[in-house]
Amino acid sequence: MFLKNYILEIWNAVKSLLKGMKLTGYYFTHHKEIITQNYPEVKQQLPERFRGEVVLIHDENNEHACTGCTACELACPNGTIKIITKFDVSPEGKKKKALDTFVYHLELCTMCNLCIEACPTSAIKMAQNFEHSVFNRNDLTKKLNKPGSKIREGVE
Amino acid sequence: MLSLETITNNINNWLNNHVSSTWATIIEMLIVGLLVIGLFAMLGLILVLMERKVSAFMQIRVGPNRVGFKGSLQTLADTLKLVLKEGLTPKGADKFLFNLAPYVVMCAAMLILAPIAFAKNFQIWDINIGVLYISAISSISVIGILMAGWASNNKYSLLGAMRSGAQIVSYELSAGFSVLCIVILTGSLQISDIINAQQNGWFIFKGHIPAIISFIIFIIAVTAETNRAPFDLAEAESELTAGFHTEYSGMKFALFFLAEYVNIFVVCAIGAILFFGGWMPLHIGNWQGFNQVMDYIPSSLWFILKVFGLIFLIMWFRWTFPRLRVDQLLNLEWKYLLPLSLVNLLLMTVVAIMGWHF
Repeated sequence: MFLKNYILEIWNAVKSLLKGMKLTGYYFTHHKEIITQNYPEVKQQLPERFRGEVVLIHDENNEHACTGCTACELACPNGTIKIITKFDVSPEGKKKKALDTFVYHLELCTMCNLCIEACPTSAIKMAQNFEHSVFNRNDLTKKLNKPGSKIREGVE
Repeated sequence: MLSLETITNNINNWLNNHVSSTWATIIEMLIVGLLVIGLFAMLGLILVLMERKVSAFMQIRVGPNRVGFKGSLQTLADTLKLVLKEGLTPKGADKFLFNLAPYVVMCAAMLILAPIAFAKNFQIWDINIGVLYISAISSISVIGILMAGWASNNKYSLLGAMRSGAQIVSYELSAGFSVLCIVILTGSLQISDIINAQQNGWFIFKGHIPAIISFIIFIIAVTAETNRAPFDLAEAESELTAGFHTEYSGMKFALFFLAEYVNIFVVCAIGAILFFGGWMPLHIGNWQGFNQVMDYIPSSLWFILKVFGLIFLIMWFRWTFPRLRVDQLLNLEWKYLLPLSLVNLLLMTVVAIMGWHF
């Protein structure tokens, strides 16, 4: 009885080991199963909701929808965004708050999406670019509004 | 036909005609030494690359594919990196033993190469106790490992070295018994005799059931003796960082790394010699035509093919099986492999006495 169990144990062990070797052997001979992507040559289609960085949306007239309300700056948990505002003077002599510089510290950003949710005019969004490596850390502090851009008419 | 045998004979004759026989022997020894070192360097480069490629394909990855053609120069680049790195000796370490250990491990691996026949009549030293010599020398490497573990003055290193010692001492028994099975069939310990006895069929076919069992035991035992997964307790990276070579860096680490791969080559070469006929071509009974076709393939190629087949098998084990615990490791040896190999030895003796082999 003992001997029978002993031999049965060895038999089962060998069988399960061979089962494992069969699987790895299958993978070794079937290269089409490889799941690695050849990254720089073949780029993956990223999902739409992928969060790579925050961008300020500009249309073709170089206009954006940011009113300079600093809601995103307040929403940001780690001080990634700094909004610098100025006062535009309208022809009637009325002063109006407007965006001067949208400073975005990419090195601090955790891609939490809170600023996008806080924005009342949907001026900012998450972009798909994820290749952010630079040689100088200062390059990661970005100015999001393009030079010469202004607020779109009718956005309050 | 050009073969390694004619080349060595020509060199020997030329040297003996031009210088006295003493100098000829000395020069030949130097040539052999250089060849062995060259072989080691080549083996290190090829086997590391092979391991990385095999492991990658078994894990559904690609593996190194950037440096050179399909990553063929990857190991060369790695070696260059290791050569340029600083070889640190920790402050609390026993400096003499610490620096000596990698060379002891390396020398042990080198010494085993002596009786191995790489091709027909191409052997460094054909001693009449070849198999005994191999099993004796292969235990020296454990001294190097213990030395490294003790001299590092590091608990991980010491634990790794102790485990390695326990492991090699236990598995040497079953490895020795499975080798003895073949010695029973041949009646000789000389490597060339063992290979010549396999002229009309390799021992794994001639010895049928007991030979196959002893081959399985042999391959398990040598995997454990070379400290490779699933028996890599001595350098279990998840528990002991890197085991006995935790404190080593640069070229000294590279020597341990190289010794591991050379040991794999050596044990696979021994396995090929004992069970698969060394450089003997595949001969099937009375099929004259088939046998002659097989004879046209050079003997060195046969040897290399068999050895690399066995190395692939051992790599296959490594990338399939999970690591054993210490108690499981010792259970496997003392409760399963040792009794089985003793029974198998008895079976082989009966087979040999009754002449039930082919």
